[in-house]
Amino acid sequence: MNNIPQNYKSDSMDGELTTLNLGPTHPATHGIFQNVLTMDGERIQSANQTIGYIHRAFEKIAERRPYNQITPLTDRLNYCSSPINNLGWDMTVEKLIGIEVPKRVDYMRVIIMELARISDHLVCNSVIGVDTGALTGFTYIFQERERIYDLFEQVCGARLTTNIGRIGGFERDFNEEFYQKINLFLKEFPKRLLDFENLLCRNRIFMDRVIGVGPISGERALNYGFTGPNLRAAGVDYDVRVLNPYSSYQDFDFCVPVGKSGDTFDRFNVRQEEIHQSLSIIRQALDKMPAGNYHADVPEYYLPAKKDVYRSMEALIYHFKIVMGEMAIPKGEVYFSVEGGNGELGYYLISDGGRTPYRLHFRRPSFIYYQAYPEMIKGSLLSDAILTMSSMNVIAGELDA
Amino acid sequence: MNNGDLLKAIESEFPGIMDNSSEPHGLLTIEIPKANIIPVINWLKTNEYTNFMFLTDLCGVHYPNDIDKEFAIVYHLHNLEQNVRLRLKTFASRLDLNVPTLCNIYSAANWMERETFDFYGINFEGHPNLIRILNMEDMDYFPMRKEYPMEDDTRTDKDDRFFGRGGNEEVTFDDKKALARKN
Repeated sequence: MNNIPQNYKSDSMDGELTTLNLGPTHPATHGIFQNVLTMDGERIQSANQTIGYIHRAFEKIAERRPYNQITPLTDRLNYCSSPINNLGWDMTVEKLIGIEVPKRVDYMRVIIMELARISDHLVCNSVIGVDTGALTGFTYIFQERERIYDLFEQVCGARLTTNIGRIGGFERDFNEEFYQKINLFLKEFPKRLLDFENLLCRNRIFMDRVIGVGPISGERALNYGFTGPNLRAAGVDYDVRVLNPYSSYQDFDFCVPVGKSGDTFDRFNVRQEEIHQSLSIIRQALDKMPAGNYHADVPEYYLPAKKDVYRSMEALIYHFKIVMGEMAIPKGEVYFSVEGGNGELGYYLISDGGRTPYRLHFRRPSFIYYQAYPEMIKGSLLSDAILTMSSMNVIAGELDA
Repeated sequence: MNNGDLLKAIESEFPGIMDNSSEPHGLLTIEIPKANIIPVINWLKTNEYTNFMFLTDLCGVHYPNDIDKEFAIVYHLHNLEQNVRLRLKTFASRLDLNVPTLCNIYSAANWMERETFDFYGINFEGHPNLIRILNMEDMDYFPMRKEYPMEDDTRTDKDDRFFGRGGNEEVTFDDKKALARKN
């Protein structure tokens, strides 16, 4: 109840309440979901959420797909940072099967995942700017996001729904052009990011619009299952990369920024600082990049090179078996989580030894924390509710499963 | 606090209620009858020693061949301070799909339980708003149950045999791997 300002009085002249449909297709909701708001003048009394407009039944489909065909499904969860979803899934399967990947693969994955995190945070923060009326930063920052997508294109050929990586490693090694582009990006991007920060971080108009908007206490945030930047903005320093390091994150030196009041300004600043940290991690990974192969030596699971398929009987057999989904998968039950753009992205996988998962459940951070939204906007103005939503970075694809 | 200590602590607080426990991939997994699940989780959360303040995940699983244990509800809890995870399972028969709600302990359980209801039809007793969340409200079945196939019934190229199920259960993972190497 501490979201309600002290001076809250009835705003409407005649005490009559209005019902307002925010969504399903409102540009300010950044995705297809609906909020039916009960308004007292311009203040929100209660909100009733509807999601599921883009339900695509991934968990059902996954029960009929061989393991390598599930990666493209994960693309479509949080489509602002698909590579994290892809690689998280690959690591889950590797944990189930017991594949050890070379150190080089770990570092390559770290680079790709941190690039994805940067692009995810860039979208969120520049959109917070747009919702306060500052379009300029957004137009600059989207050019930088394009450069990150150019990097993904070098590694997997796709930009948005990437299907990057394979079970056991990567489909191809980083090429010369990738290194050229990423070095240029690391040189030029920090300056652009600083320009963006200078436009907003200490801007009086921006600060007035976001400080104290949509706050949540650390205790409530934990109770609501918040993770990622939204939880850290509320002062809880939970980061999967630090607490349960995967893909060699323990080799890197980085900070976990936390906020204090859990409001929109803190969420903005936590994401902004995380971009700096991600850049530092990428630099460290590039500097320390170990020599070695870009995939594990597991012919049963990792597709052989095409030229071998034409020449060697063994490669042809493995190729056929993997493409037909005839991989040997152990029975078992595994939970694996990575730090996604929005928090703990978990995969709960039950295998009965068949070629497809018996049950696959995705823990989608957006789905879990978006249910706190009515509590966070109660008693606030409609324009603040829009900002709260964009600063929570609710991605419609990640509400679905 | 390691898995052994945790198991002992639960056993001494709730003697004899554990149906089964195991540690797949190092994650302690305990089966608890559904009548006891809420008191146990409440104790795990409020007790200073165990202190599971965070509900990571809640989901359903359908095992149509396990008579009287057709539906599993799986809870993942996390003690963030000591970094200990715990998986709890409870089972419901298809004839009695009532399971007590967790909403009063973790607010996060609200939508997770709605999703489990939407997919499997588990009736979470005491839930404040147990309606469908991802599917249409007028849908008249629970789509994640195994009896609703993904593909058209008339297709013969997509039955279980082609997904490595049925027929050769006694072939183990290691056998398959050895077979693949031999080929």
